[in-house]
Amino acid sequence: MTEHSDIDRVSGRATTGHEWDGIKELNTPLPRWWVITFYTTILWSIGYWIVYPAWPLLWSHTTGIWNYSTRAEVATELANLGKVRGDKMVALGAAPLAEIAKDPALLALARASGKTVFGDNCAPCHGSGGAGAKGYPNLNDDEWLWGGSLDQIMQTIQFGARSGHAKAHESAMLAFGKEGVLKKDQIVTVANHVRSLSGLPTSSGYDAAGGAKIFADNCTSCHGDNGKGNQELGAPDLTDTIWLYGSDEATLVETISNGRAGVMPAWVGRLDPSTIKALTVYVHSLGGGK
Amino acid sequence: MNKTVDPTELQVVDDGPLYAARKKVYPQSVSGTFRRIKWGLMAFCLGVYYLLPFVRWNRGLGAPSQAVLVDLPNSRFYFFFIELWPQEVYYFTGLLIVAALTLFLMNAVGGRIWCGYLCPQTVWTDLFYAVERWVEGDRRERMRKDAAKETIKLRRVGEIVLKHSIWLMIAWWTGGAWVLYFTDAPTLVMQLLIFQAPMIAYIWIGILTATTYVFAGWMREQVCVYMCPWPRIQAALTDEWALNVTYKYDRGEQRTSLKKANELRALGEPVGDCIDCYQCVAVCPTGIDIRNGPQLDCIQCGLCIDACDAVMTKIGRETRLIGYDNDINIHRRQEGKPPIYRIVRPRTITYAAMIAAVGAIMLYALLTRTLLDINVLHDRNPVAVKLADGSIRNAYTVRLLNKRGFDRVIAIDMDGPVNATLHVVGADSVTKDRPMIILARDTTTELRLLVTAPAENNPAKSIPVHFHVTDIGLGEVASATDHFVSP
Repeated sequence: MTEHSDIDRVSGRATTGHEWDGIKELNTPLPRWWVITFYTTILWSIGYWIVYPAWPLLWSHTTGIWNYSTRAEVATELANLGKVRGDKMVALGAAPLAEIAKDPALLALARASGKTVFGDNCAPCHGSGGAGAKGYPNLNDDEWLWGGSLDQIMQTIQFGARSGHAKAHESAMLAFGKEGVLKKDQIVTVANHVRSLSGLPTSSGYDAAGGAKIFADNCTSCHGDNGKGNQELGAPDLTDTIWLYGSDEATLVETISNGRAGVMPAWVGRLDPSTIKALTVYVHSLGGGK
Repeated sequence: MNKTVDPTELQVVDDGPLYAARKKVYPQSVSGTFRRIKWGLMAFCLGVYYLLPFVRWNRGLGAPSQAVLVDLPNSRFYFFFIELWPQEVYYFTGLLIVAALTLFLMNAVGGRIWCGYLCPQTVWTDLFYAVERWVEGDRRERMRKDAAKETIKLRRVGEIVLKHSIWLMIAWWTGGAWVLYFTDAPTLVMQLLIFQAPMIAYIWIGILTATTYVFAGWMREQVCVYMCPWPRIQAALTDEWALNVTYKYDRGEQRTSLKKANELRALGEPVGDCIDCYQCVAVCPTGIDIRNGPQLDCIQCGLCIDACDAVMTKIGRETRLIGYDNDINIHRRQEGKPPIYRIVRPRTITYAAMIAAVGAIMLYALLTRTLLDINVLHDRNPVAVKLADGSIRNAYTVRLLNKRGFDRVIAIDMDGPVNATLHVVGADSVTKDRPMIILARDTTTELRLLVTAPAENNPAKSIPVHFHVTDIGLGEVASATDHFVSP
């Protein structure tokens, strides 16, 4: 350290020798313990360079002699989590669907795990609580396009509807207007007939007998003679109070004119079998399961 | 060169160092009434602390059989016949209020009874002093040995090692007993003996070993004087009637030796009973002079009373020159009036009444607490579901609590919208309109309940719905209210 012979008369301590308008700065060196600690941390950091990944190279970085990696740590933790979950999920995968729904412990596990999977994969269309939206079925009610039993729900989740998977539900509502099967006024008439099926009011002066005729000629093959629908074909029940796209005349005219072919993706291969099982039980337990 | 102030003109006020170095205290051994009380209470307190985890209590199969147990993994607290769940932790609030009020009451009656006799800091420090005395000798011997630092002999090193070993052993067992309250004690003792105990047990034993060793072996009276808030609070709570360890200066001043007192008396000068022998100072565990009056450092352990009584008996004077007393009586005696003691006075009556009231409330809460409970949470999304036939369904998540030590069958009843039906998801009950569920013992069960009501009979937007669960065997009932909402 530099020696300063300039001693401040008041405090009796050495100054730095600097002077500003007659004011001098006292020399107050850092405490020795602080300096030692400071240099120790520098030495310590060299140890870090050696054992941990530290220096960036052109295309990669030094890995350190301990081969430590945060990514590897995450992978290990995920593997451990898988082990913890493993036994239970194996039990879930092995049990038949009907048994899961009746075993309180398995049901609780399936519901908890299913809820998470639902939130991650299904909620964007069906809503976080499965309440659905226009064109996306409400999974809480008791109206099912493709069937609401455990097996039917699992079938739909696995392969989807019009998803491109070989086993997917394929049939779709025809575009009667676009294809030129029905004329505009016929479509309006049959739309009013469809409204009458579930007791909704019809527009004044509509041709009831004509509507019934058009319905019998064009719609009953899928929706059934009395409009009760057919789950084999995904044809909805037209006599109940639940409407996927809406029950007003304009919406019905649109549906009949342009057809409907909503898509549900296939989840087989994207979710593992026991997860699909959990999801099935969860959706079934929302309340609408048959 | 600039003009500077002449140092000799400066006024330097030196108050000395900011922190005074600690003067080590060497309390002398003493015997007498209060020492015997302290030994007795020490044995009692340590006995309870070390033995309580081993007391067994039969709670039936599958439940822990330890009388006092804090079961953290399962979130249960057991105290003999009481089992508390996490949501009942507020009972501890009541317990803490009673503890605080008891402290106030003790203070109003006899000063720092807690500090002098019962506080863990006092009990363990007293024990550590006893060990030190046994290994190194009494006050004078210890002072001499500490002063003679330059001539450290093997024997002295042996003494120091022995003392600290015993201290550490006591400290280790202090932590060792602490962890026994958190798991089955005999099992853990076995695990500790074969070094198979869980890591967390060793960590806590380590922590408590360190705190005990440092607090009772090294810090001692400094904990009471500098760290503890109670001396400050106590000073604010005390009143003129509280009995404190007091030097009774009404028995005369000045204090001088027996021989000199006789000479002074012959000259007609006033002389007190105190012969200035400093025995009260020698035995004091906080190293103070009680004759200076009430002071923050005094933990009122009563050992100076024993020391003074022994001296007074020896020289044939009346004992209790130091004793439990207050200034009022000192003044009364100086005026020639008899002393009066008012243990029962508004302050003590108030404290006692408050203790009784809080205790009664706690007892009432404990006796009337439910062992069967129900919590209902309405589905938020969707709030209501319209079914194909037009009826409305609401779903509820219901959590049932069975605090009893056995499984039981409960029936669920619902009282809400007109003609509504109740269904429990995943439960195939033989009684369709009154679902029955088995509740596992000592746990909670979550169910999904569906209430369906025909829309035409229930036009209101929101109708209250009551859920009742009834224990079929015992008849216990728990209820909860929520709402049935129409879209």
